[in-house]
Amino acid sequence: MANLKTPDKTLGEGLREIGLSRRGFLKFCAATASMMALPPNLVPAIAAALEQARRPSVIWLSFQECTGCTESLTRSHSPSVENLILDLVSLDYHHTLQAAAGEAAEEARLQAMEANRGQYLVIVDGSIPGPDANPGYSTVAGHSNYDILMETVEHAAAVIAVGTCAAFGGLPQAKPNPTGAMSVMDLVHDKPVINVSGCPPIPMVITGVLAHYLTFGRLPELDAYRRPMAFYGQSIHDRCYRRPFYDKGLFAESFDDAGAKLGWCLYRLGCKGPTTYNACATMRWNSGTSWPVESGHPCLGCSEPGFWDDAGFYEPVSVPIGVTSKTLIEGAAVGAVAGAGIAALARKAKKEAVANRQPVTIDELEQKL
Amino acid sequence: MSGAMGFLLWVKGPMFNIALAIFAIGLIARLVEIFLLGRAPNYAEPRAGEWGPGLRTMLSRTIADPGTFKRAPFNVVVGWVWHIGFLIALLLFIPHIELFKGVLGLYWPGLPNPVVDLVTAVTLITLLATLVHRLWHPVKRRISTTEDYLVWTIVFMVVLTGYLAYHRLVEPYPLALGMHILSAELMLIMLPFTKLTHIFTAFIARWYNGAAFGRKGVQS
Amino acid sequence: MSELTLERGLAAFRAEIDAPTAAFFSSCVHCGVCAQSCPFYLETGDPKYTPILKLEPLRLIWEAEFTLWGRIKGLLGLQEKVTDAMLAEWEELLYDSCSMCGRCSMVCPVGNDLAYMIRKSREGMVQAGHAPEGLINASIRAVTTGSPMGLQWKTLAVQIKHVEASTGLEVPVDKTGAEYLVMLSSMEVINFPEYLEAITKIFDHAGVTWTLSTQCFEATNAGIQIGNKDIAAQLVERVVAAAETLKVSKVISPECGHAFTAIRWEGPNLIGRPYPFRVFHIVEVLDELRATGRIQTEGKEDDRLSMHDPCNLARKSGVIQQQRNLIDLVAEDFVDMNEHGRFQWCCGAGGGVSSNERAEELKMAAFKRKKAQIEEVAPERMVTMCATCRTQLEEGLEEYNMDIPVIGLTEMIADHLVEKPRAAAEHDAEA
Repeated sequence: MANLKTPDKTLGEGLREIGLSRRGFLKFCAATASMMALPPNLVPAIAAALEQARRPSVIWLSFQECTGCTESLTRSHSPSVENLILDLVSLDYHHTLQAAAGEAAEEARLQAMEANRGQYLVIVDGSIPGPDANPGYSTVAGHSNYDILMETVEHAAAVIAVGTCAAFGGLPQAKPNPTGAMSVMDLVHDKPVINVSGCPPIPMVITGVLAHYLTFGRLPELDAYRRPMAFYGQSIHDRCYRRPFYDKGLFAESFDDAGAKLGWCLYRLGCKGPTTYNACATMRWNSGTSWPVESGHPCLGCSEPGFWDDAGFYEPVSVPIGVTSKTLIEGAAVGAVAGAGIAALARKAKKEAVANRQPVTIDELEQKL
Repeated sequence: MSGAMGFLLWVKGPMFNIALAIFAIGLIARLVEIFLLGRAPNYAEPRAGEWGPGLRTMLSRTIADPGTFKRAPFNVVVGWVWHIGFLIALLLFIPHIELFKGVLGLYWPGLPNPVVDLVTAVTLITLLATLVHRLWHPVKRRISTTEDYLVWTIVFMVVLTGYLAYHRLVEPYPLALGMHILSAELMLIMLPFTKLTHIFTAFIARWYNGAAFGRKGVQS
Repeated sequence: MSELTLERGLAAFRAEIDAPTAAFFSSCVHCGVCAQSCPFYLETGDPKYTPILKLEPLRLIWEAEFTLWGRIKGLLGLQEKVTDAMLAEWEELLYDSCSMCGRCSMVCPVGNDLAYMIRKSREGMVQAGHAPEGLINASIRAVTTGSPMGLQWKTLAVQIKHVEASTGLEVPVDKTGAEYLVMLSSMEVINFPEYLEAITKIFDHAGVTWTLSTQCFEATNAGIQIGNKDIAAQLVERVVAAAETLKVSKVISPECGHAFTAIRWEGPNLIGRPYPFRVFHIVEVLDELRATGRIQTEGKEDDRLSMHDPCNLARKSGVIQQQRNLIDLVAEDFVDMNEHGRFQWCCGAGGGVSSNERAEELKMAAFKRKKAQIEEVAPERMVTMCATCRTQLEEGLEEYNMDIPVIGLTEMIADHLVEKPRAAAEHDAEA
């Protein structure tokens, strides 16, 4: 990987070089189309576009992260679409995967930036201590994450924030956010930013976004959180195979009750499926083997902003966050004092009215006749 | 964090606390205001005790006397339907039970979602009917104030947003859920300062009524 | 010279607000059901007669001075104020169109005792100088002459003579130590002298010791009707003084509704102490005599009878079964109205409406509700036990050309007393 690939080779050439047949290539194109919910008649167009596409130079920056996103991407057990793509982009810089180390590695990054000025893609995983935070929380080669990010994106074509930390701040940003962690979109305002959230994101989603970019030469349609609609357009709840149980009102109430064994809805066990937008329910994990809800665990909502601060993993969606009866009791105490104050004023006024009361006399009544 | 999810987390977190605090302050203030006023001593020889008739009236006023039912069937029937519908949706929808469990630690069995859904639809229709009635009936029109329409709006919004959120008719869902929770919070905030207090004070009022009449030998 | 002012009125409203009032106003949801129980609204169709609307002045003072939100609104200058003009407008609503029958208090779904608050509101109205002329006159006459109609003892003395002549019995006056002090109402003395004769016969028959008092014979209380505790207390004190002078253990309120609530329920609170005697309505006493076998009757009325329960007696005082026990004793064909007892309909004349001449038209409008009820059961005669109700029924039925006489229950009982014991006694005496 440390060897820089010549950036002028097309994707088609590269694929043929590693021995992929025409038939295999079309299959890949069809898979990409279906994954991105594109109509089948677009497959030839996708194939043609990918054939001609230049393998883009990709710089992968890792900041405050756990390497889970990279693990997710590289730990597929069989040759997969995502492997094909990763082999065929020009991954010019990636801490974990590149052979080079130290100054040579940094040199590779600068070189790729120089060579592909305005053309290269930046993939970020991990959140960044913001400009106001102590830069010492996370540095690479003595440079703060913030400086590296800003320097790298300056001449990038687009930025892809991979994983919830890069997309929304993730775990490092969870209260009380000691490192002042920020997301890529908090910091990068003058470049297109695509968020591929998830902790980790589904590998195929990462490659799908790349394939789309290569095919159409532009970014896919995004939702309000800049996530590709093709993967984040529907909630887990809406595509969940357990949804019929929710609709019937059949819920597991503990992890070992009869409902859990019968595969009922996990809402009451804290499933965040209703508020979570991701493709787990349709694409599943580990080459389509299963996904968390199928394995009997509620969705944690890992692809949503603030998921670490959204109540507990086992608190249902409808439960308020950090609200207890203490609020009620304290409010009641204040209310008792306020009420007593008003009542005291009223009682005083009433007492005065009674004390100063002038009895009505016949003479007074006569005046009114 | 901004956007729908940020909004949802805000209404589920800080705003819920604010609403709950204002509700608790306002409601307890109102109750203290009432009870500290007290009643003048009554020297007239009673025919019966106050507690029994008072407690009976607290319950019995829920049912209209046959004459009133005949003269104001709309008030009685529609009033009943929407109150019961609202209570069923509030207290027997499973996500709401989880909320009570989370805040108060109390919980009870719920109803299947499709039942609550149907009840909610009926509640929405009957609430609309109450508005039409308020605008159309000469007495109701004459005695209605801005507050009446404001309270109607917030109650309707609570049920409507709940219905929309359940059916996921507003995207993204966190926005729909957030609007529902916010409506409920606004209702909680308004409750102690508007006629919504009747949720609590009607039972006090009924007790005083039942006690006053009961003391004189009449079950009111 | 002192005068009644808005300021005094507001202070009086304020002084009347208590925990029940606050609970009631907190609970009103403006459902309008109270209107459906008000004969003045139902028979005029004018929504301004909706009971809860009549309480608006009291409600405004409660909101402004007795609630947190009202205080906040006051600071922001948003709180509506009670003005003299408003009270002038509300005078008709609080007096002319309300007989304080309390039916609304029975049907309000949230349990508001509206009649209780009307009574309180009138305290403020009087102090603010906004009471109707008719009630002012009645109050002045009650205080100065002892009777709201200006009736003097000497008129009553003439009637006593007539009763004694026609019955051959003594009407006891100022008898210290009698069991009962019998109070009367001026309207009864003037319109229905049969009453005095009837109780004279019944008490003689039952062997009850009783007396009238020259010190005070008037049971009615104009102060209660106009809604002023100073006048009301003065009038109650007269009854108490008379009862104390004659050392009676029981006082009997006549066939009059408001007199009973005035002496029975409001009286002790007006004078601020419990009575040294007990108070009964004549119907309660008669039923007690019946139950203990001290009244023996013979013969029954065979025409179709129905009964009007006076609001003050039935709904507001719990005397409902007693009059039915008594009528069963003497009537063969008695039929109750569809809504009776605690849910009966007002005749339209109570709560001072009958003393308020300008309310005549409203009073007659409200009567239509009673008329409809009477028509439903089509009786040949009506029985009641309140002189005001009886007068209103008579006038109303005449107005609508309905030939249905109205009689007092006490008279009807007196007409059926078994004559024998008395005849035997006379026979014995002669022998």
